[in-house]
Amino acid sequence: MRKQSKNMEHLEQFRQEVRDWLEENCPPTMRTPLVPEEEVWGGRNAEYVNPESKLWLERMGEKGWTAPNLPKEYGGGGLDRDETKVLHQELFKIKARPPLNSFGIWMLAPCIIEFGSEEQKREHLPKIIKGEIRWCQGYSEPGSGSDLASLSTKAEDMGDHYLVNGQKVWTSYADKADWIFALVRTGPKEPKHNGISFLLIDMATEGVSTKPITLISGKSPFCETFFDNVKAPKENLVGVENSGWTIAKKLLQHERNFISNFGLAGGGTGSGADVVNIAKKYLGEANGQIANSAQRENITLHKMKEHAFGLTLQRSGDEGAKASAASSMFKYYGTEHNKDRYELMIAAMGNKGLGWTNEGFSDDEQAITKAWLRTKANSIEGGTSEVQLNVISRRVLDLPN
Amino acid sequence: MKLILTEEQQFLKDTAQSFARDKTPVTHFRELRDNENSQCWDESVWKEMVELGWSGILVPEQFGGSEFGMAGISVIMQELGKTLTPSPILSTSVLGVSAINMLGSDEQKENYLPKIVAGELTTALAIDEGNHHDPFAIDATAVLDGDEWVLNGKKVFVVDGASADSILLVARTSGKSGESNGISVFAANKDSAGLDITKISTADSRNYANIEMSDLKLDQNALLGEQDLAGETLEKILDLGRIAISAEMLGNTEEAFEVTVNYLKERKQFGVQIGSFQALQHRAAKMFCEIELTKSAVIAAMHAADENSNELERLSSLAKFQAGETLHLVSNEAIQMHGGIGVTDEYDIGFYLKRARVAEQIFGTSEFHQARYADISGF
Ligand SMILES: Cc1cc2nc3c(=O)[nH]c(=O)nc-3n(C[C@H](O)[C@H](O)[C@H](O)COP(=O)(O)OP(=O)(O)OC[C@H]3O[C@@H](n4cnc5c(N)ncnc54)[C@H](O)[C@@H]3O)c2cc1C
Ligand SMILES: Cc1cc2nc3c(=O)[nH]c(=O)nc-3n(C[C@H](O)[C@H](O)[C@H](O)COP(=O)(O)OP(=O)(O)OC[C@H]3O[C@@H](n4cnc5c(N)ncnc54)[C@H](O)[C@@H]3O)c2cc1C
Repeated sequence: MRKQSKNMEHLEQFRQEVRDWLEENCPPTMRTPLVPEEEVWGGRNAEYVNPESKLWLERMGEKGWTAPNLPKEYGGGGLDRDETKVLHQELFKIKARPPLNSFGIWMLAPCIIEFGSEEQKREHLPKIIKGEIRWCQGYSEPGSGSDLASLSTKAEDMGDHYLVNGQKVWTSYADKADWIFALVRTGPKEPKHNGISFLLIDMATEGVSTKPITLISGKSPFCETFFDNVKAPKENLVGVENSGWTIAKKLLQHERNFISNFGLAGGGTGSGADVVNIAKKYLGEANGQIANSAQRENITLHKMKEHAFGLTLQRSGDEGAKASAASSMFKYYGTEHNKDRYELMIAAMGNKGLGWTNEGFSDDEQAITKAWLRTKANSIEGGTSEVQLNVISRRVLDLPN
Repeated sequence: MKLILTEEQQFLKDTAQSFARDKTPVTHFRELRDNENSQCWDESVWKEMVELGWSGILVPEQFGGSEFGMAGISVIMQELGKTLTPSPILSTSVLGVSAINMLGSDEQKENYLPKIVAGELTTALAIDEGNHHDPFAIDATAVLDGDEWVLNGKKVFVVDGASADSILLVARTSGKSGESNGISVFAANKDSAGLDITKISTADSRNYANIEMSDLKLDQNALLGEQDLAGETLEKILDLGRIAISAEMLGNTEEAFEVTVNYLKERKQFGVQIGSFQALQHRAAKMFCEIELTKSAVIAAMHAADENSNELERLSSLAKFQAGETLHLVSNEAIQMHGGIGVTDEYDIGFYLKRARVAEQIFGTSEFHQARYADISGF
């Protein structure tokens, strides 16, 4: 009991420090709603439409608060779970924009911490946390999607380096990234799971090229990535040769945990619009209620599931759960829920939910239509819903293969 | 609010788990049903629960209870739910205690609570009058005649009404059906003249009664709390009842699911375990997700009750909604995945289905709570 109250005291003090620091350091425009052009991803070639985004990233990166729970010695915030929660609450309170979006932080950093060498930690983590280097994920290949372990991009041992040849696909932001973490086959004769290695490759290396692919939402955030006799120094192998599959799976759990947040209103890809407000605006109100009773029922159901899902994320945090096979539940539920949200939104908007360009539609309306299309990928990227259900069946429920 | 159990709550849960496993496995319920036990729960089992202090978990210390709170009683309900253990714990230790404690005078508390704690008195809360839960649709009347209350009207589907020593009757002292104002609660001895209690026979083989009041005469101190003003408190009492039964339903669900998943690993067809068929695996995985959501909703609601949160109503409706939906799904799938054996009386899984549908109705179906949640949230 004593220990607990001491901790409470400490947390309140910490909260005050955070508040004061944010008051002084969060630039005014960083407290206004995010506009897509001003999203920050960092990297060597980052362009800042709004100079305050750059300032905000630098300040947060300096504190390590872009990655609050990573260790201080590698540039992270060094905060514990409760402190991290306080930081998020205070950021939320002033409606602060995220200083940095980063595959490096969401996926790669926790794996480097767990599996990387001391040199790799010192080399890569600070640059990830400060947003200096932008990473992309080279997992999927044309012939290897759900069956990822069948991948065939090969890396041959050439003494001091690997010679990489092959093709990746659906590599998000490969054309903008500085480095790629890639799964490559180093053991062509081993059983498929035992011949994979986890390799870090500088995208500026000769022989790496990318080609953008356009999505149904009209945007082109992802690419085909080609490796043509690419030399990757051996020091960039993470963990042991041929045991990359363990790292690959762990990274996927982190990715899935991250994507799960899409299940919460305001989380992840989308326009940030609230389905209840949208429904009241486009369907009208009767006595303060969404006027269409059938849609009101559907939306209520959706909101109740969201409430219970949010509580489940919270409970999992309170239980101190780490990334595990149960992450698949969050990935599955969160992404299916996010798709449902946008279906409900465009249904509530009627013919206003179907705009493509600004002839006849406001920016907000088009953004929702585009977001609706983008959400369809949520249950595919990071492992499809069906694959998540397989993981739950086999790993959590222990059902036979 | 942290969505985990304290050490003491976890200890209580473990105790209840051993109790249910050792003393009241499903065979206990089966025996009660086969023997057509008139009160549908076992006196000696209840005595043991009383000795463990479960009757007094919501009772203030000054009246002999432990004040262990809704989290305490909910984890017990959850464990009892796993083996379908019938007992008067919901009707007496949750509803009866809360009603007397929240509405009653000190004298009334002194009169009832220590007896409940000691296991000398059980209660039932008689509220609904129609085919569906509707807490303010009260037509039963109570009129003051000299220094006596005279009650008339009917109550249906009263949980444990067929065995309770004292019936807590919700009646209208003013206003009209549907209004929260004008509702009062009276405590009547089961043997009172003018009180006609008829046990009804339900699919879940548990204890329910229909009750008629015909010129039932009660003296003035039968009124719990203030005349006309019980409506709001009654909602709160019902919310506690909803949370407790949601916890029991979660227990029903967890067990039905576990039994089913085990069956999928045992049963072989086409030369393999049926659990290897993806058509069954994905349905099981989806149930797993819904059960996780249910756990979260229930734990949030019970803590909200103990912390007097202003989110209590919403969370109680969320818990009952989610527990109802999930139990509905799992009780159906459990039967289906068992194949032919699932629809036999000899096999226990059917008990869970029958209990499910009754529990879903008690204090509001999922649809009831969906509508309530929408209204509270301003959708
Ligand atoms: C927007 C977006 C961004 C992405 N970003 C990246 C990235 O940055 N890096 C990267 O490496 N990859 C990325 N991906 C790729 C993504 O991981 C794959 O698309 C995904 O793993 C599915 O593989 P696939 O597309 O080959 O589909 P397939 O595996 O061919 O699946 C087709 C269908 O079959 C089903 N299916 C397959 N196997 C099974 C099974 N065993 N049981 C039941 N059903 C099954 C699937 O669920 C799906 O419905 C991205 C994808 C999208 C859409
Ligand atoms: C009321 C009743 C009357 C009956 N009357 C007769 C009768 O007169 N004569 C007679 O011969 N039989 C009769 N039967 C038996 C009936 O045909 C079988 O119960 C039925 O074929 C299912 O077999 P099972 O019970 O062994 O279930 P199982 O085959 O063990 O099935 C268990 C579960 O596994 C699923 N499952 C099994 N294989 C697969 C698969 N390949 N892919 C996906 N899922 C699978 C099933 O759908 C089910 O959900 C009766 C059954 C009942 C309940």
